Amino acid sequence: MSKIAIIISREYVTRVRKKSFLIMSIVGPILFAGLMIGPAWLGQMEDTEEKIIAVADSTHLFIGEFPETEYIKFDYLPTADIQKTKDQFYNSPYYAILYINKTVINQNIGDDNTSYVQLFSDKSPSLGVQMHISNAIEKRLERDKLKTFGIEERVLKSIKSNVKVKSVKLSKTGEEKENNFTLAMIIGYIVGFMIYFTIFFSGSQVMRGVIEEKTNRIIEVIISSVKPFQLMMGKIIGVGLVALTQFALWGLLTVALYAVTVPILMPDVVKMQQSVQVENFGESGSELNAQAPVNDEMTSEIKEMLGALSAINFGIVIGSFIFFFLGGYFLYAAMFAAIGSAVDSETDTQQFMLPVTLPMIFAIIVMVNIVQNPESPLAFWFSIIPFTSPIVMMARIPFGVPYSQIILSAVILVITFITFTWLAAKVYRTGVLMYGKKTSWKEMWKWLRYSN
Amino acid sequence: MNILQSISVNKQFANHKALHNVNIDVPTGKIFGLLGPNGAGKTTLIRIINQITGPDSGQILFKGRQLESNDVQNIGYLPEERGLYKKMKVGEQAIYLARLKGLSRNDAIKKLKFWFEKFEIQPWWDKKVEELSKGMQQKIQFVVTILHEPELLIFDEPFSGFDPINANLMKNEILNLKENGSTIIFSTHNMASVEAVCDNIALINNSVKILDGGVDEIKQNFKSNLIECQYNGDFQRVSALIEGKINIIEHRQNHTTHYLKGELNQTNNEFVSLILPEATLTSFNEVVPSMDDIFIKVVENDK
Repeated sequence: MSKIAIIISREYVTRVRKKSFLIMSIVGPILFAGLMIGPAWLGQMEDTEEKIIAVADSTHLFIGEFPETEYIKFDYLPTADIQKTKDQFYNSPYYAILYINKTVINQNIGDDNTSYVQLFSDKSPSLGVQMHISNAIEKRLERDKLKTFGIEERVLKSIKSNVKVKSVKLSKTGEEKENNFTLAMIIGYIVGFMIYFTIFFSGSQVMRGVIEEKTNRIIEVIISSVKPFQLMMGKIIGVGLVALTQFALWGLLTVALYAVTVPILMPDVVKMQQSVQVENFGESGSELNAQAPVNDEMTSEIKEMLGALSAINFGIVIGSFIFFFLGGYFLYAAMFAAIGSAVDSETDTQQFMLPVTLPMIFAIIVMVNIVQNPESPLAFWFSIIPFTSPIVMMARIPFGVPYSQIILSAVILVITFITFTWLAAKVYRTGVLMYGKKTSWKEMWKWLRYSN
Repeated sequence: MNILQSISVNKQFANHKALHNVNIDVPTGKIFGLLGPNGAGKTTLIRIINQITGPDSGQILFKGRQLESNDVQNIGYLPEERGLYKKMKVGEQAIYLARLKGLSRNDAIKKLKFWFEKFEIQPWWDKKVEELSKGMQQKIQFVVTILHEPELLIFDEPFSGFDPINANLMKNEILNLKENGSTIIFSTHNMASVEAVCDNIALINNSVKILDGGVDEIKQNFKSNLIECQYNGDFQRVSALIEGKINIIEHRQNHTTHYLKGELNQTNNEFVSLILPEATLTSFNEVVPSMDDIFIKVVENDK
């Protein structure tokens, strides 16, 4: 086994065996799946407490007009004596008292059609309850107004229009692919951030490893057996492999968690998933509409998302994720290693860290803009410049980027990281044997020019 | 034959010259002391021998030919600034370092077992380094340095951090290694240990080698006919006999016993036969300068 392989395996094994690695591997996907599923699950969870709302209606228009659900019931009080009801509220079984004033119907017709009803309660009535009430009142008022103006409900419905843009990508071969901008944006964000955090995290592990070897004073023992370059590269590659292992574990565990928890928590989504697959085969979308009466708008959106997921080329996304992660990681890890070699303790790294990490922080700021406009010149240039390209290019790839651009960016990245690894090795070679001196940029520049 | 030679080696750092035309010859199978004050350039020379840095000019010959990168397997180096990975287990770490020197895993384990038994440190095998005392860590470093049985061993301040018992143990181990045919370069400030173990020395001061040769030879060259003697007898009569033959530096008297220290301008034998008629000699010896004296003298003169 070559010496560099021995070093790589030590760096890899000692890190993978750590408890923190195991914890990160398990907690990561749970957090991730939680972020994906949690809000949706909470959203579909209903308030299961029965609420009876007393309606004091001085207009008498709304008696029996409020639709009851399983948990929201209405009790219509015969008199609209609001004061008396309020006085007795604490002895009553009511959740809240709805007081409808006559002003609700005496509406001027104008720009501002807002009118108010009052809901008295000792609690803060949930938004769901409030929406339920206002919807019912609006509907009733609308019906009255339509009558006043002599418009039939059928006519109004046909006036309402709903237009959505479906973006379709035309490839050179004439193939058409539906685009989902939102989904590409989400994926772009996620992969961009993942690359950013992992480069930062793994890069500083490399740096801390170098500082550890220096402060432990083991460095001189080792570089009397191997070349400093071998030690540096062994560490960088070993830590990089740890990151890749972590990604693979995260991927597998996330998929497994998703597969297990979604059918239990959200049976509806599974049904939709299945129907999307059916649709993709036979365009028989009507089947879904016949199924359980789920919220229409939400259903169609999720359906679209799921459809678009299959339109994204995951081969390219995953392949370039690995490539751009490694490219960016090697570039930054080399610089982090050089910084680690130049200092005596972690607290001394600040002055060198800032200029090195600035491009990455810049890339993240730019990324926010780029996921909204992935074809802009800004997006193009930042995905070509090697210091920002790993993050920015990855954020663009889910939208579909011409291969020529990906290849150009990749080639520049590779050339840059080779150059920087070479330069970093020069600094490293001198730096690891320097003790007790405060290193400056000027000093490092001198080290670059040392012959051997 | 010389196992290692440096031929006019130069090394320049940004603002100061670390080595200036340094020539040293390390004879095979001997213990070679590399001496010099702090910052003289010893560590730089050792690093060049270990190929940690390269010389600006000059040559290092190993067994008569140019030093090659594979030669690290024939060199064992215990640096002055030495340490181990704190969180790693002792055994694992020793295997790792041995493999970096080119030993296979199995060979490394076999040899480590031998040395761990010899030093009776087997119970440390599964301990983390941070659980061991500094002296214990030094022992492990020593084992790791010699494990691959190199022909040339370089120890930079090997006894620092050892208690006297362990320092003695290490000294005997180093002498054993020499018995078994290894050559040892020994860099130190501790002159007592130089006298105890070294056959040859080189002294580097201000990046220049100012003295080298065999330890005995150097001592002979530096002695200045200084003698000490004790006798019983009458001081006046003895003084009359040796008048002009000795430059007395010190004289002490305890009852009838006299102690004399002085510089002779005749041979020891002539002096002894001169005083014998009047004095009963109880002791006589030549004052040979210690390496400490020589070190200080040479370095002071070099200023």
